[in-house]
Amino acid sequence: MTHIAAADATDALVIAGRRFASRLLLGTGGYPNQQVMLDSLAAAEPAMATVSIRRISLEGYAESVVDLVGGRYALLPNTAGCATVRDAVMTAQLAREALQTNWVKLELIGDRETLYPDVEQLLRATEELVKDGFIVLPYCNDDPVSCRKLADAGAAAVMPLGSPIGSGLGIINTYAIERICVTSPVPVILDAGIGTASDAAQAMELGCDGVLLNTAVAKAHDPRRMAAAMRGAVIAGRDARLAGRIPKRTQAEPSSPQLGLIGG
Amino acid sequence: MSASIRVNGREEALSAANVAELLRARGIEGSRGVAVAVNGVVAPSPTWRSLPLAAGDEVEIVRPFGGG
Repeated sequence: MTHIAAADATDALVIAGRRFASRLLLGTGGYPNQQVMLDSLAAAEPAMATVSIRRISLEGYAESVVDLVGGRYALLPNTAGCATVRDAVMTAQLAREALQTNWVKLELIGDRETLYPDVEQLLRATEELVKDGFIVLPYCNDDPVSCRKLADAGAAAVMPLGSPIGSGLGIINTYAIERICVTSPVPVILDAGIGTASDAAQAMELGCDGVLLNTAVAKAHDPRRMAAAMRGAVIAGRDARLAGRIPKRTQAEPSSPQLGLIGG
Repeated sequence: MSASIRVNGREEALSAANVAELLRARGIEGSRGVAVAVNGVVAPSPTWRSLPLAAGDEVEIVRPFGGG
């Protein structure tokens, strides 16, 4: 553990009453191979690792991702690929059986090109899953109104996108993310679009409680190194937030004293 | 015409009497990391041995994969 990481053990991320030492959530998809994925997880030290739920087939990883990862990290199943309430609810229920967890990252896609969520269906699925005893973390659009509705519907956290999934565009609407952080009664996890470490740090500086990313690490030239960078960035961004930044000003203000100038 | 069921979207002959047999025939022993739904309803693992399969049943067998 680095000095920075150990500095404040009391600043835990709390979701649905569960405490996490890390504010970084990392996805397990799209890595060049299994070993790189495992190395990246180890470097990231995430609070949770997300997984998808798919039909059993002969392709893909030889060993079950549960066997490889489930012992060391808390797993958060997603409903990636679902476009209807019915599919999302069914996937969440199957995930609950497969992983013995009632936590779910709820994804309900409304547009295949942008992968933006269908907010209306997302709300209905959230209500249904909350009623069925799930801890629901919905991936949503960067709209304070949607996020508020999801929280009111019982979501344990809200996960607004920074930009489209896998785009690496970072946080496109910083104003919106800041507003969501100010108005949300539940934790805010920036989820989607993170491209590099500074994006993750920015999310934390804007007030997010955590960051979820996958492609930024999995598709980096050196995923393990990027995972380590993301871990540091989330910590640095959080520290900067808690440290209280200086205001932005249009006029310069010298940092060296004005008196005792040589030749003055 | 022999009885058939759909497993993971593909039609196949019905040869397993119950869900547990269907999984065993696929080399799946135990329930860790595996979930099953029959006709749109999740079947908890304790019910696999007692849950019979009938012609026309639609079965989904899933497990966790990588994902974000």
